Amino acid sequence: MTDRLYVGTRKGLFELTRSDRGWEIVDVQFLGDPVSAVLAESDGSVYAALDLGHFGAKLWRRGADGAWSELAVPVFPAKPDDDADDPHPWSLGKIWVLEPGGMPGRLWAGTMPGGLFRSDDGGQSWSLNEPLWRMPERRQWQGVAGGEQPGINSVLIDPRNPDDIRIGVSTAGVWASADAGASWRLINRGMHAEYMPPERRDDPIVQDVHRLARCAADPEIVWCQHHNGVFRSEDGGATWRELMAIRPSKFGFAVAAHPHDPDTAWFLPAVKDERRIPVDGKVVVTRTRDAGRSFEVLRNGLPQRHAYDLVWRHALAVDASGDRLAFGSTSGGFWISEDGGDSWTMPEMRLPPVAAVRFS
Amino acid sequence: MPTVSFTSALQRFVAAPTADVEAETVGDALAAVFASRPALRGYVLDDQGAVRRHVAVYVNGQPIKDRALLTDAVRPRDEIYVFQALSGG
Repeated sequence: MTDRLYVGTRKGLFELTRSDRGWEIVDVQFLGDPVSAVLAESDGSVYAALDLGHFGAKLWRRGADGAWSELAVPVFPAKPDDDADDPHPWSLGKIWVLEPGGMPGRLWAGTMPGGLFRSDDGGQSWSLNEPLWRMPERRQWQGVAGGEQPGINSVLIDPRNPDDIRIGVSTAGVWASADAGASWRLINRGMHAEYMPPERRDDPIVQDVHRLARCAADPEIVWCQHHNGVFRSEDGGATWRELMAIRPSKFGFAVAAHPHDPDTAWFLPAVKDERRIPVDGKVVVTRTRDAGRSFEVLRNGLPQRHAYDLVWRHALAVDASGDRLAFGSTSGGFWISEDGGDSWTMPEMRLPPVAAVRFS
Repeated sequence: MPTVSFTSALQRFVAAPTADVEAETVGDALAAVFASRPALRGYVLDDQGAVRRHVAVYVNGQPIKDRALLTDAVRPRDEIYVFQALSGG
């Protein structure tokens, strides 16, 4: 089990470790600055993406020596005149997700306005995935609710083959590449978007994939928290089945997949979609252990009265054992479970709004 | 030579000392600064070289007109000031 985790918030990056006294904050970085993505690599390095309100997206790395240094951020190429009618900006909005690429030095960054970037030198330099960015269909991607830009929120690398990639896009469904990003196709079938005009509801490219999570031990199993419900795929994200048994609601942003058990996943339900608060003011985690046929509502240790914590899509994490989970909320609530979600504790702290949680 | 100076709010993230540069436009002046401090560029300009949406560039106390191509002319004694564009309360 993992004894260390990182919490990226609206006002800095917090590092927590577990000791005999329980979980506590042992380090704070970038205090006052918005952190949009965090990645803790197996070699001990930590990456933090900042979303500075005035001065743009930034990227920092803590190396093995413990010192933080600023890295280059992904940069879009000069926009050709032929692309003047592109509805989306050719300029980095923010880094929304960072994922290891399955080989030394390789990282993937999913961004707003929808660019996917790759580094092969541990984040020292980045290159835009041009095949995805240049696809005519990319212009059909829609902005994330509340913003103008589409965003790549999930990057899934097949642990058996680092060239096999899935991305989840808000709002443009699930895209796959079998050749390290040289070519892409829209693969999701079986999702539906209730708010769209009837003739477009089943169209794969309009699907608002809030977050994807994959079972590391059984990579064909992928879970999705979608704007209109939760879905499960048993073929790597190509065909999806809606999990109708979820309760107390089917709306939410976050999902975590058990790393070993392909039938287990966790979600954080909320009232859809205009309100975005926990159902009845009670914070709960909902868990399936039978591939989505049934769900248990877990509330032991979570606030059950006048709690209005919403959990964003990157703010729920599970460790490599599958026993430890942590999530943080827009209200700065933060809870940890060491028994797969059966019970939760809140370390003694009040955090800024939480954007991202990662175990090391 | 025109002078380029930066808000103290920026100094928290990256070194940005005041500089006197040879330039006839705002774009030339900023480029001259960034040539010696490349890390500063991304804090002020976006990927296409335009002034960031929430950054302001003033010359002698007036906002520049061309935020995309930075073609506003500058004279030898002009003072260029780069700071955060405040929005909200």
